[in-house]
Amino acid sequence: MATTFDPAFTNSTQTNAQPLLSLRAVAKHFGKNIVLRDISLEIAEGEFLTVLGESGSGKTTLLRILAGFEQATAGEVWMAGERLDTQPPYRRRVNTVFQHYALFPHMTVEENVAYGLRIAKRPSSEIESRVSDALAKVKMSAFARAKPSKISGGQQQRVALARALVNRPRLLLLDEPLSALDANLRRQMQGELKALQREVGITFIFVTHDQEEAMVMSDRIALLRSGELEQVASPREIYSRPATAYTAQFIGHTNLLKADVRNGVATSGALSWPTTAPAGAGLFSLRPECIRVADSSAPPSETSLPTTVPATVRLRAKLRDQVFHGANELLRVECADGQVLTLRTSTRPAIDGNGELELEFSPADAVLVRPSEERA
Amino acid sequence: MFSRAYRVAITVPPLAWVTVFLLVPYLLMFCYSFWSVSESQAIVHSWNFSNYRELATKTVYWETLLRSMWIAARVTLFSLLLGYPLAYFLSFRAARRKDLYYQLVITPLWVSYLVRAYAWKTILGTDGVLNTLLQYAHLTRHPLDFLLYSPFAVVLTLTHIYTPFTLLPIYASLEHIPRNLIEASNDLGASPAQTFWRVIFPLSIPGVLAGATFAFVLSLGDFLAPLLLGGPSGIMISNIVVSLFGAAYNWPLGAAISFCMLLIVVGLLFFSERVEKKWSFS
Repeated sequence: MATTFDPAFTNSTQTNAQPLLSLRAVAKHFGKNIVLRDISLEIAEGEFLTVLGESGSGKTTLLRILAGFEQATAGEVWMAGERLDTQPPYRRRVNTVFQHYALFPHMTVEENVAYGLRIAKRPSSEIESRVSDALAKVKMSAFARAKPSKISGGQQQRVALARALVNRPRLLLLDEPLSALDANLRRQMQGELKALQREVGITFIFVTHDQEEAMVMSDRIALLRSGELEQVASPREIYSRPATAYTAQFIGHTNLLKADVRNGVATSGALSWPTTAPAGAGLFSLRPECIRVADSSAPPSETSLPTTVPATVRLRAKLRDQVFHGANELLRVECADGQVLTLRTSTRPAIDGNGELELEFSPADAVLVRPSEERA
Repeated sequence: MFSRAYRVAITVPPLAWVTVFLLVPYLLMFCYSFWSVSESQAIVHSWNFSNYRELATKTVYWETLLRSMWIAARVTLFSLLLGYPLAYFLSFRAARRKDLYYQLVITPLWVSYLVRAYAWKTILGTDGVLNTLLQYAHLTRHPLDFLLYSPFAVVLTLTHIYTPFTLLPIYASLEHIPRNLIEASNDLGASPAQTFWRVIFPLSIPGVLAGATFAFVLSLGDFLAPLLLGGPSGIMISNIVVSLFGAAYNWPLGAAISFCMLLIVVGLLFFSERVEKKWSFS
């Protein structure tokens, strides 16, 4: 290694690879209660990262450490090459959109947005133009002179966003900012927020308990469970390649199959499929939409010779119940050995005289996951 | 929703109470203020403005009134200066000891007013605790005589007595400030001092006004502290009213003064309530 050392190369990769934010083994204890443990995470400039977790998973605490409202018990936080966690909140180039907006009730919308710039003693002409730009960006120019109590929740949300963004922070923290909005407005704001983030190019760390919201908006999702990072990956990867049983179940629905792997074949009750997983006990996640209703006209590819890898695995199962979801239906079926599977299908399945269905899935869709032990 | 009998049963007693013990006495007082007293000390029921004319022309009355207002203003200022920081400490810094400190603020209210006023008498007197101490420490050779029987003594005692009344509404208004506003202010770059002046103080103005109104109104009408500790130079308007209703036996003039004070107080309450409303957001 030493002989091939190229300083120019190393240097360039370092500057390119240097993340905006870097959390190093951050932990937080409240007395004996461990809220966060060993959180290490790097966030790139301009990234939209979602911290996803159930209530009590420590996600808000993590955000408050980044904002400076809580002191980490252990570990360090660095931003753009500077230690962040030792600075008071008012010296950090980090702004927050609070869960309940936290607009100053005694100030107008305009004064709220101007607050940070006034504190920073910017010239008044600059304040004026930046405030009006920020309000225009969130479509709130018409309400500049209104008091926060006179505008709706969704509008307060936009003002809170403008108030944070107008300061051009390096990092914007959003603490469940959409949780107080109704479903339709929420979906609309998700789209707007994502578009706004692309436009301004500021790094967003977004905290939510809503996995759907996380999927829609994020570049990457950091899934937090009982104070520990369960998995950090893009929405696509975290969905299709969940690392643990918990991830697989928390993000979307899944079928967890307890299987026994021997000679490259996984067997779970009546089901068996080829796998690259190592021999021994294995837990597999199979998404409901990966199980299809088989085309009964096509010849079944049974008689699967163990040597050739079949494209699909076929199975027969009894229909237990079905729930209509609009675009698709959720079916619960029971295999011959009593194992219950859930599947999602957009076609009405053909059921034979015994109430049985012909189903199939691709072995590649059965993802080996680490079992998740129960934690308090 | 409720039966007619029920509604009558719950509205009549308080209405009757207010009528008998508040409206009728005020009305009587108002009538008295236009009557006069004859040579033979009998009330003459003839309507005229002579009492008000006397108030306007005799300097002793409105000078005493002005002095009382000046004393009340100082009491208000000092109780705010003492009460606000203490309320702030209770609300933001006391943390787990909050309830204990709150009780410590409340407890003096359980002690009789007279006991507290007399306590100051023993502290401030010529041979009192304070003078003895000062002489013992050689800070002064002769006892300080301005300590007792002076406006100073009245202001000090009233400040002591009415500070809890000022503190409590301030404390309540500070408790009502959502803590995330303070975090938002810090988050937007404001230091703790900037946050105090731009967010916390403006949002506590209703409490400050309510507290100031309590201190001013209560001390303006006080007559015990000036009676016990004021001496001739610390006389307040209520002392004059007391003597007019008592020894001087001039109820009509006393009623006129009382009515003027009532107007001042009502005007003040009206004004402070309007300003409080303008500054409350919830």
